[in-house]
Amino acid sequence: MVNYKNHSEKLQKLKSGELSLEDNVKFFLSEIDKNKKLNAFNFVFSDFALEQAKTVQGKIKNNTNGKLAGMVVAIKDVLSLKDKPTACSSKILKDYIAVYTSTAVQKLIDEDAIIIGKTNCDEFAMGSSNENSAFGAVLNPVDNQRVPGGSSGGSAVAVAAGLCDVSLGTDTGGSIRQPASFCGVYGLKPTYSRVSRYGLTAFASSFDSIGPFSHSVEDAAKVLEVISGKDEKDSTSLNVEVPNYSAELTNIDKKYKIGIPKEYFGEGLNEEIKKAIEDVVAKLKSSGFEIVDINLPHNEYTIATYYILTTAEASSNLARYDGARYGFRSNDAATLLDMYNNSRSEGFGKEVKRRIMLGTYVLSAGYYDAYYKKAQKARRLIKNDFDLAFKNVDLIIAPASPTLPFKIGEKSEDPLEMYLGDIYTTSANLAGIPGISVPVANSEEGLPIGMQILANQFDELKLLKTSYFIQNEILKNN
Amino acid sequence: MNSKYEVVIGLEVHAQLLTETKAFCGCSTKFGNPPNSNVCPVCLGQPGVLPVLNKKVIEYTMLMGFATNCKIKERSVFARKNYFYPDMPKGYQITQYEEPICEHGYIDIEFKDGSKKRLGITRIHIEEDAGKSIHDQAYETLVDVNRCGVPLMEIVSEPDMRSPEEAVLYLTKIKQFVQYLGICDGNMEEGSLRCDANISIRLKGETKLGTKTEIKNMNSFKNVEKALQYEIERQIDLIEDGVKIVQETLLWDADLNMSAPMRSKEEAHDYRYFPEPDLMPVIVSESWKAEAKKKMPELPDLRRERFITEFSLPKYDADILTQSKPVADYFEEVIKYTKEYKTASNWVMGDVLKTLNELKIDITEFSISAENLGKLINLIGNGTISGKIAKEVFPDMLEGNKDPEIVIKEKNLVQISDTSAIEKIIDEILKANEKEVNEYLEGKEKVFGFFVGKTMRETKGKANPKIVNDILRSKLDGLK
Ligand SMILES: [Zn+2]
Repeated sequence: MVNYKNHSEKLQKLKSGELSLEDNVKFFLSEIDKNKKLNAFNFVFSDFALEQAKTVQGKIKNNTNGKLAGMVVAIKDVLSLKDKPTACSSKILKDYIAVYTSTAVQKLIDEDAIIIGKTNCDEFAMGSSNENSAFGAVLNPVDNQRVPGGSSGGSAVAVAAGLCDVSLGTDTGGSIRQPASFCGVYGLKPTYSRVSRYGLTAFASSFDSIGPFSHSVEDAAKVLEVISGKDEKDSTSLNVEVPNYSAELTNIDKKYKIGIPKEYFGEGLNEEIKKAIEDVVAKLKSSGFEIVDINLPHNEYTIATYYILTTAEASSNLARYDGARYGFRSNDAATLLDMYNNSRSEGFGKEVKRRIMLGTYVLSAGYYDAYYKKAQKARRLIKNDFDLAFKNVDLIIAPASPTLPFKIGEKSEDPLEMYLGDIYTTSANLAGIPGISVPVANSEEGLPIGMQILANQFDELKLLKTSYFIQNEILKNN
Repeated sequence: MNSKYEVVIGLEVHAQLLTETKAFCGCSTKFGNPPNSNVCPVCLGQPGVLPVLNKKVIEYTMLMGFATNCKIKERSVFARKNYFYPDMPKGYQITQYEEPICEHGYIDIEFKDGSKKRLGITRIHIEEDAGKSIHDQAYETLVDVNRCGVPLMEIVSEPDMRSPEEAVLYLTKIKQFVQYLGICDGNMEEGSLRCDANISIRLKGETKLGTKTEIKNMNSFKNVEKALQYEIERQIDLIEDGVKIVQETLLWDADLNMSAPMRSKEEAHDYRYFPEPDLMPVIVSESWKAEAKKKMPELPDLRRERFITEFSLPKYDADILTQSKPVADYFEEVIKYTKEYKTASNWVMGDVLKTLNELKIDITEFSISAENLGKLINLIGNGTISGKIAKEVFPDMLEGNKDPEIVIKEKNLVQISDTSAIEKIIDEILKANEKEVNEYLEGKEKVFGFFVGKTMRETKGKANPKIVNDILRSKLDGLK
C-alpha cells in the first residue's frame, strides 16, 4: 500500500526524502507482477520507468521538477508512445511499434510523470467488458469472476488494484466512466475537443476523448489540467482557456443546481445502484444543492444513434489496418485482395469485425440517408436536449451503468444486451459534454457503484468541484 | 462526323497545387526526391495521426475560383472517400463531396475565327493525391508514398462542350489560368495536370443526354483530342448499328491510339462518402476572400488586351505572347531594356520559341537573359548590326548567355556604316562590272539587286544595307 492519498502528498514526501521514487516505482512493478492474473497490462516498461524515476528524482532534488513529478501513470494501449508498442489489444497490431508520441502522453512526460506501462482494453476500444482483447480478458480486482468494464478496463484495474497512481483511458461511449464505476475509482471523460486526440488510435473520431482514472478528485484535476488545451496537431481541439483545475477545486463557492433526468432512473436500472445514487442526491440536497427533475426527451434514441455513427466512423478509421504497410499480414496473401481479406479476417477480433460491417453497411449507397444522415439528425436533437437542460441546471446526475459488474462471459454472446449497458453513458459522447464517474458506494455483495455527473461543454470545473465536495463532505462519513 | 449527331463533353481536370508542403501534413511536395522520403506519420497513415489543413491550399483554390468566376462558398466540408488501395495509406482519400469550396463558375473560350463561347464550371474542390504503385516484378508491388497527400484541385465542368476542339480550348484555358495564378505547373505529361472526360452522343435537337462513357489516362492535349475523336466515332458507329451505349470507364492507350474498357472490378466502387470527422468545416470569411483577391495576378485576356494597347502589338502577336505566363513575363522583361516592341515580339515569337522547341526546354530554363536579348534588339535598332547579322549573333549568345556586344566584337561583325568606306568598295565594284552598269542604265532595274549583293558579299554582310542602297542608287543614277 502507498502512504499518500494524492499526488500533492506524494510529491511532498518525495521532496522531504520520506519517500524514494525509485522504491515507489519498484513497489508498483512488483504489485503489477503479483497481480498478473488481473491481466491489466499489455506491456510493462520496467527499465524505462526506473530510468525515468532516477531522472525525476534528480529534478525533484534540484527543485526543477514538473507539476506531475513522480506520478506513476499507466496508459491505455491505444495511446502512442514512441518506440513502444501500440497494439490496441489487437492481433492486427500486436507487433506494431509506435513511431511518435501522442500529445496527451507527451504532456504528462513533460511534467515529469512516469509512464509505467500500457494497459489492456477492448480491441480498438470497442467493448464494455474488456473481454474483446487479443491479450485476454481483464479481471475485476474486487471480484475476479467479474468484468472490470470496458473498454478501458485495464486502466481502471491498474488504479483500483494499486498498480500505479493514475492511468489514462479513452471514452467513446462510456469507456472511462463505466469501468471506473465497475472498479470503484474516479473516471473523468472531458469535453470533446478539450484534450488533443493526436496519437489516440481512432475508434470514432467525433466521439473519442482521453481522460484520467484516479483514487482522488485532486489527481484527476491535476492530470486534466496538464493534458488539456489546443493542439496544432488536432484540428478538432479547441482553443478554450484551461482553468487551474487543481487549485480551484476546493473552492466551491456556490452550491450548484442539479438536474435529475427521469429517463435515466426508469426500468432496467439496478435497484441498489438507484438507491445509492438517491442517497447521495439526498445528502447533496441537505447540503444546500438545489435538486430539480429534468427531461432529456430524445434519450431513447441514444443507443441506436451512437452505434450507427460510431461504427460508420470506425469502419473508415480501421481501413488502414490492411497488412500493406505495418501490423499483421496474413501468410495467405497471394493476391492483393487476399492480402486485404485474410489479413483483416485473421487480424481483427469478432466484435471489431461486427462493427466494421455495421459501419460499412450504414454508409453504403442507398442506406446512407436512412441510417447515417438520420443518425446525424438524431445526434443534433440529443445535443439540443442537453443544451436546453444546461440552460436551467449546472449539472446532471445519473447512473454510470444500469448494472453492477457482471460475470465474465455473461453477456459476451449477446452483443445487443452488451450495447444496452451503454445506455447512460453514450449520450455525453453524442453531445460532446464532460462526465465523471464518482465511486459512491458498494453493493451488498461488495461490488462498486459509480454515480455519473454530467456538465455542459467545458464545465469540467463544476464536475470536479462537486466531486471533490462529495468525496470530502459526503463520502468521508461512510 | 456524322452531322445528324451532337457530341456532349464534360471535363474533370485535376491540378496538382504548387504548395511547398502537403495538404494535411508538413511534408515537402518536392518532385523527384527518393521514394518514401517526403513522408511523416500523418501521410503514412500511422495509427492515431490526424490531418491538419494547409491554408495555402484553400487560398490557391480560391484564386482558381476567382479566375473561373465561381462563387466561393463561405463554408465547405471535407469528406472521406473510402476504398482500399496500397498507395492509399489511410484506406480513404480526404476530398470534398457534398459541399465543395467553389461552385457555379464559367470560362470563355475563343475560336480561331474570333467567336467566343461560354462554358460552365460546376464546381472546384480540394482533395489529396494518392501515392504511386510500382508493379516491379511478377509478385511484387512497390509503393512510393511521396505523392500521398499532395494537394489536388479538381475542376468539374458542365457538359457544355460540343466538340474535341472545344474541349482542347477549355483545357488550354484551364492550363493557362493555373500557370498564370502560379498554383500548378500545368504539365500534363508529368501528371501535374490530369484530365478525364465524360462523353455522350445524341441526335441534334434532342434535349435529353445520351448514355455517357468516361475516358481516363489522356496525358497530353494531343491525346485528349485523339481520344475524344476516337470515342465519338466509336459511339456513333454503335448507335448507327443500333447497339446501346454502355456506361463504362475507358482507358486511352496513346501507343495503340485506341481506348479500352477498364476492368469492371476496378470500377465497382461504393466509396461510402461521409463528412471527415477529423477536420472542421472550412470557413472562408469575407476578409480572407479579400486578402486572397489581392494576390490575383493579371489574367491572360486582360494581359493580351494590354499588350495590344500599351505596346501596339498586333492581336496575333499578343495572342502568342500571352499564351503562357512565363513567355509573357519574359517578353515584358525584354522590353524593360528596349523600346523596339515589335522587334522584341518578333524575336520572342520567332527565334526564342523556336529554340525552346528545339531544345525541348521551358522558357524559365532559357539561357539568354532578357537583358541580353534587349541589348541585341537595340544593336539592330541603332544600326550597329543588321537584322541578318543578329541572326548570326543569336546562336552564339545561347552559349552561356553571352553578351551580344562581345559576340559582335569577337567575330568582328560590327556593321560598316562609314559612308566613305562603303563608297570606296562600291566604286570598285562599278568599275569591275561595266556590263551590268550599262544594263542598268538601259533600264534593267533588276540589276540593282546584283550590285547590292556584290557589295554585301564584299563586306561579308557587315555593310549597313540602307547606306549601301542609298549610295548605289545615287551613283548609278548619277551615271544616267
Ligand atoms: Zn507527411
